[in-house]
Amino acid sequence: MSVKDYIRERFFPHIWCAGCGHGIVLNNLLRAVGGLGMSKNEIVMVSGIGCSSRISGYVDFHTLHTLHGRALAFATGVKLSKPELNVIVPMGDGDALAIGGNHFIHAARRNIAMTAIVMNNRIYGMTGGQYSPLSGPGKLATTAPYRNIDQDFDIVKLAKAAGATFVARTTTYHIQQMADILRQAILHDGFSVVEILSQCPTYFGRRNKLGNAADMMKFFKDNTTPIGSKAKKENPELTERGIFVQNDLPEYCAEYDKIIKKAGGSC
Amino acid sequence: MARPKLKEHHINREWCKGCGICVEFCPKKVLELDRYDKAVIAVLEKCIACRLCELRCPDLAITIETQDQIP
Amino acid sequence: MGSQVKFIQGNEVCVEAALYAGLDFFAGYPITPSTEIAEHLAYRLPQAGGKFIQMEDEIASMCAIIGASLTGQKVLTATSGPGFSLMQEALGYAVMAEIPCVIVNVQRGGPSTGIPTHISQGDVNQARWGTHGDHAIIALTASNHQDVFAMTVEAFNMAETYRTPVVLLFDEVVGHMREKLILPQTNEIPLVKRLKTSVDGGVDYHPYLAREDGRLPMSDFGGVHRYNVTGLYHDMWGFPSDNPKIVHGLLRHLVDKIESNADTIARYKEHYLEDAKKVLISYGASARSALHVVNTLRQKGQKYGLLELQTLWPFPHQVIRDRCNGAEHIIVVEMNLGQICREVKNAVDHPDRVFLANRVDGVFINPSDIRQTLRLIQGRGV
Repeated sequence: MSVKDYIRERFFPHIWCAGCGHGIVLNNLLRAVGGLGMSKNEIVMVSGIGCSSRISGYVDFHTLHTLHGRALAFATGVKLSKPELNVIVPMGDGDALAIGGNHFIHAARRNIAMTAIVMNNRIYGMTGGQYSPLSGPGKLATTAPYRNIDQDFDIVKLAKAAGATFVARTTTYHIQQMADILRQAILHDGFSVVEILSQCPTYFGRRNKLGNAADMMKFFKDNTTPIGSKAKKENPELTERGIFVQNDLPEYCAEYDKIIKKAGGSC
Repeated sequence: MARPKLKEHHINREWCKGCGICVEFCPKKVLELDRYDKAVIAVLEKCIACRLCELRCPDLAITIETQDQIP
Repeated sequence: MGSQVKFIQGNEVCVEAALYAGLDFFAGYPITPSTEIAEHLAYRLPQAGGKFIQMEDEIASMCAIIGASLTGQKVLTATSGPGFSLMQEALGYAVMAEIPCVIVNVQRGGPSTGIPTHISQGDVNQARWGTHGDHAIIALTASNHQDVFAMTVEAFNMAETYRTPVVLLFDEVVGHMREKLILPQTNEIPLVKRLKTSVDGGVDYHPYLAREDGRLPMSDFGGVHRYNVTGLYHDMWGFPSDNPKIVHGLLRHLVDKIESNADTIARYKEHYLEDAKKVLISYGASARSALHVVNTLRQKGQKYGLLELQTLWPFPHQVIRDRCNGAEHIIVVEMNLGQICREVKNAVDHPDRVFLANRVDGVFINPSDIRQTLRLIQGRGV
């Protein structure tokens, strides 16, 4: 496959900064989708607002660019009304977990089949570098000039607790794992959450002296490890990567079809 | 399966923003940034067509064609 | 089969009418005094093969119906003041992206949590200007169950015709009151279907290029045309644009498609207006008391008339001018501090002849409240 079969070429070069991890997510998401052999007409991408959300403009699917934080709510309407569609919802960390946190946990709880991708770059990039719920304490941001005192979320734990039936984490460095996890997440018949650690060299990296894009990716390489690895036992500070949850539980749209049968209607 | 052989290594200069990720992570040091901060091939012979540059390119600017590939 | 007569609540009438209009999808969140709409639809909608979902809040409800509308479905949500406030951002999205949808606001007293179980008509201006930015909106209301049915069906028809959100502004009294409804027979009221594009797959489809009549044929998500929908200013393909010509053109289109059809959208009822010297203007539950007053005064030979508005937005300025031309007094009867009264003053040649008869204490305005105002007006000898 060629990624060019899945993009709206006329809008390239894209708007993201040099070295932005979101482009790597786009790159490998398209490879994951390309490997599935689905018709582009069966795929709907719903996004919110932020740097990450601009991804929907570049892909040649049905695309719905919505409101800040609300992508999963719009996506729920699309999916429930037409369950045969494959719904992919890329979000940023602020989009998914600050303003959209409530929709995130409730979509997970319902187990409605869609793929939520959290492109976690730990900053609000579109507005110029304010701290996000994923920045973490001690980090610098335009709204945390004395260093951040906000604790951050663990997206994997949050998604697990909220009931997501597929939960995974990877990074923009680990591209083969990213494409593999995304492929499995899209195929999963339930609510999938894929956290992708992504770099914002412009705002998060520069302000926190983390080097350039490649340096930030090296950090992902050096500070993450496969789930349950020996390295993790030796160094608990490492962030685990891989698929944490993969459960088979009743999917929301299928359950609603049973309600229609019970009520005597026909789908 | 035999390792695929490189047929062509394309870099779309219009799309490349010169972030240097491909240069940094190329296992054979095939690439470099030119004076316009665009990725270019330095030593093509060394390319093993591993595609890491293509897959990590945030700008979707790199395409690797291999000889076993249907054009 | 003969007509079916029911004795039901106003909120239930809204449900029956929505199903009659072909409702496929409802998303909502419980809130007094609109909750019965969700309750009845949870039961009734799956019987018709449709889908009901209770979302985590009103924001999500409004977003979900927009998503569902894009797959080709007729969609509805229902709420009251606080929930309607939460919906405003997504309502603006539906305006901008031209998504047909219907939003019921069974009004309660505000601001804030206000007075949830009591009547108010305080959200009239919120329906008009609740979301940010210049825009146009359609808002309909009704005073009795037969009209609740008719206006609900109208709302779905207008949403499809103009590709826009339509607000149904009911009030607590109409929503909770029980009275007779004669259920219209199938095909008795014409229904507007979604206008679908006839452009074949593979041919360049312009989702945001209006036809000569101003209508935009749609293509369902999941169909052969893959396009973009956004809340940003966008070109005829739906892609973001900041080209001043496109921005200006789109804003004009969004406003003009509704404002220039204000006469077609205007729904109203006239009572004794042919020779009326004094005209009452009212809407919703208030119009019931206003009609009672006019009926009583007519029996005494006094030339009062009533103009009952069913379309509140776009405001029917021309209708007001035509019907009030030459009236000695115009008395606007409503349950707020004069939200429609202000519009009426703007519409007529002699705003000094316009008076307000209102109640804003959560108590239903009754005929004696209105008569009290009429006596005050006469006492001033205007």
